[in-house]
Amino acid sequence: MNSMKDHLLISLRMTLVIAVLTCGIYPLVVFGIAQSVFPRKANGSFVESNGRVVGSELIGQSFTSEWYFHSRPSAAGYDATASGGTNLGPTSKRLADSIAAAVEAYDVHSNVPADAVTSSGSGLDPDISPANAYAQAARVAHANGLPVEQVHALIKQHIEGRFLGIFGEPRVNVLRLNLALLRVGPAFQPVPLRSLPLTVDGGQAGKPVLHEGHTVSR
Amino acid sequence: MLTLKILAYFALILAVAKPLGAYMARLFSREKTYAVERAIYRLGGIDETKEQSWTAYTIAMLVFSAVTLFLTYVIERLQHLLPLNPDRLPAVAPDLAWNTAMSFTTNTNWQAYSGETTMSHLTQMLGLTLHNFVSAAVGIVLAIAIIRGIARASAKTLGNFWVDLTRCTLWLLLPLALVSAVLLASQGVTQNFHPTQQIKTLEGKAQKIPQGPIASQEAIKELGTNGGGFFNANSSHPYENPTPFSNLLEMFLIFAISAGLPITLGIWTRKPRHGWAVFWAMAILFLAAAFVATYAEQHGNPIHQRLGVARSDGNMEGKEVRFGIGDSSLFATITTDASCGAVNAMHDSFTPIGGSIPLLNIMLGEIVFGGVGAGLYGMFLFIVLAVFIAGLMVGRTPEYLGKKIEAHDVKLAMLAVLILAFSILVGTAVAAVTTAGTSSLANNGPHGLSEMTYAFTSAAGNNGSAFAGLNANTRFYDIGLALAMFAGRFLMIIPLMGIAGSLAAKRKLAEGVGTFPVDGPLFTFLLIGVILIVGALTYFPVLSLGPYVEQFLMNAGKVF
Repeated sequence: MNSMKDHLLISLRMTLVIAVLTCGIYPLVVFGIAQSVFPRKANGSFVESNGRVVGSELIGQSFTSEWYFHSRPSAAGYDATASGGTNLGPTSKRLADSIAAAVEAYDVHSNVPADAVTSSGSGLDPDISPANAYAQAARVAHANGLPVEQVHALIKQHIEGRFLGIFGEPRVNVLRLNLALLRVGPAFQPVPLRSLPLTVDGGQAGKPVLHEGHTVSR
Repeated sequence: MLTLKILAYFALILAVAKPLGAYMARLFSREKTYAVERAIYRLGGIDETKEQSWTAYTIAMLVFSAVTLFLTYVIERLQHLLPLNPDRLPAVAPDLAWNTAMSFTTNTNWQAYSGETTMSHLTQMLGLTLHNFVSAAVGIVLAIAIIRGIARASAKTLGNFWVDLTRCTLWLLLPLALVSAVLLASQGVTQNFHPTQQIKTLEGKAQKIPQGPIASQEAIKELGTNGGGFFNANSSHPYENPTPFSNLLEMFLIFAISAGLPITLGIWTRKPRHGWAVFWAMAILFLAAAFVATYAEQHGNPIHQRLGVARSDGNMEGKEVRFGIGDSSLFATITTDASCGAVNAMHDSFTPIGGSIPLLNIMLGEIVFGGVGAGLYGMFLFIVLAVFIAGLMVGRTPEYLGKKIEAHDVKLAMLAVLILAFSILVGTAVAAVTTAGTSSLANNGPHGLSEMTYAFTSAAGNNGSAFAGLNANTRFYDIGLALAMFAGRFLMIIPLMGIAGSLAAKRKLAEGVGTFPVDGPLFTFLLIGVILIVGALTYFPVLSLGPYVEQFLMNAGKVF
């Protein structure tokens, strides 16, 4: 018959053994495979424009200028250190008020795509629905001096479909769409960007993991 | 399309149940011991040839859980002194550290904190990921021991806890987690040890983006029905769940092991049809809940539609565009059918009926496939009650697979059922009448009651999902919910193991003409009936005052 002391001793030793397996070897093997096979994805799916990192294609960011497509409202204000939703319930007055204000501020005021005026669960939704993108097309085209057909074509190119035609929903990645807009927009003037010395911090032991900062020239 | 999603997902689970169930039946009954297992037994000081009685098995499990609980508490409290803390996070406060340690030990993974700003990489990797494996393994091996108790006759032992634990970790959890983690990383779930990255957005605003070894944690979080997210936003966060494929994989992992266990039960008791009868009871409850949740969310919120929101889009508040209505409602159903508690959308912002489905799923005891192991042993309680009620109806001593179910067994089963109901309802009642309870609410009206009910239901059911508007990091909720988690896990397990020990010791009787068959559709529907009646009698009042009345108020356009 095992005494309590035996149980305790075995528990301690087994905890140690299992910890080495599941908390040491396992994550490191995943790390090794992920870093060698999909290094960009394992390191955060960051994207560059003009040689500077402008964000992660998976992490939504806020756009307020009229010449960009706008992301959804966000309970986190697109602060990636404060992910989360509003957590307001269906009969919340605060929620109804904020949706009313968002409808008011949006490009169209009836039959508004739901994702355009509601906050996501993460507060970092990188996508908008195709309907939301098309509803913004006229404004974006006008602001950039582009024919609206060209903007429509751009949206169409950037729609990602369902997995196997069943799972998930069609969507447009806002950052990638706006970057594509930057490449075609002839009259585009990225005022807030001009001459900012943009650097990327981070990396272990002071070594930058991303690219060195560049001054944006345009 | 919404229907197709549910059916396609279910087809996947149906396809994997049999092979995985058969695999587990072989794994836990294998005579041969491999060299790597022998090495672990030597390191652990275990005599692998000796089987344990139900009491010895249970005590080993309890001591092991206590040791890992304490270890996690210590790591959290000392994380500022330990390595792998690139963002220099301070020690976790005592109330929160206790709540979190209990939460992960009990496979609840309730999170009263934001992972990205509270826990160091080491705490996540060692303090929390360890429990993702061991609390899952403990759940699975308990179910295995209970199945042995059902299958054996005139036996004194239920197996060896350490042998089962080792095999479960080595040959079930680790391989599946490894493959899934790599697949998740291929979708964009990060696996690195970088500190938070600072970038400037396209519009030139500063944005800080936390990084970490997420893929390895994410895989076991779903596979082990743990649900504790790396980030506050859990599986709605694009780094935890970036694509429809990663979402499908996560939903698959949550049910995979639990769907296999009824088949294991069928194989060991030499009544494969009994295993399938239990499987189908789970499947029918799952499908019903998934359809109700999906169509409630698709129907949307008339209050918002009157403001100009497109009617056809459904309720998108708290949901991600890449998942939409269908994959969010499905995920919510799955994560609460199981005791997972990961969320890919905010349940607090679901429509009242849509949000009542996760709540009801947990209240029923998370027996619809359920938590790994916990789902099957929870279902076993209802099986005992079902054969007892069938016995009463025909006026014979109830029998289950050749064993007489006696007063002792039924009392223990009822005790376990009552512990869950007691923890949920008493906890909610205390919260509802104290300032400490109500001051944490984010929503007024009936929705506030739903928030408190959800918190205690989630804790006692060891689920871990939340109506997350509730501020749960207060002394009242940290301590109160930790107690509910403890009761919901360990006080449930002890009576269950008692029944298993008692069943194992019984003689096996030959089946007679009066024996109620447990392997056909009749049994499946009797089982569903018992589950729904027990659930309805216990929880209908609180559900009426919370979500049901709120649904009427929402349709009437009332806001709070």
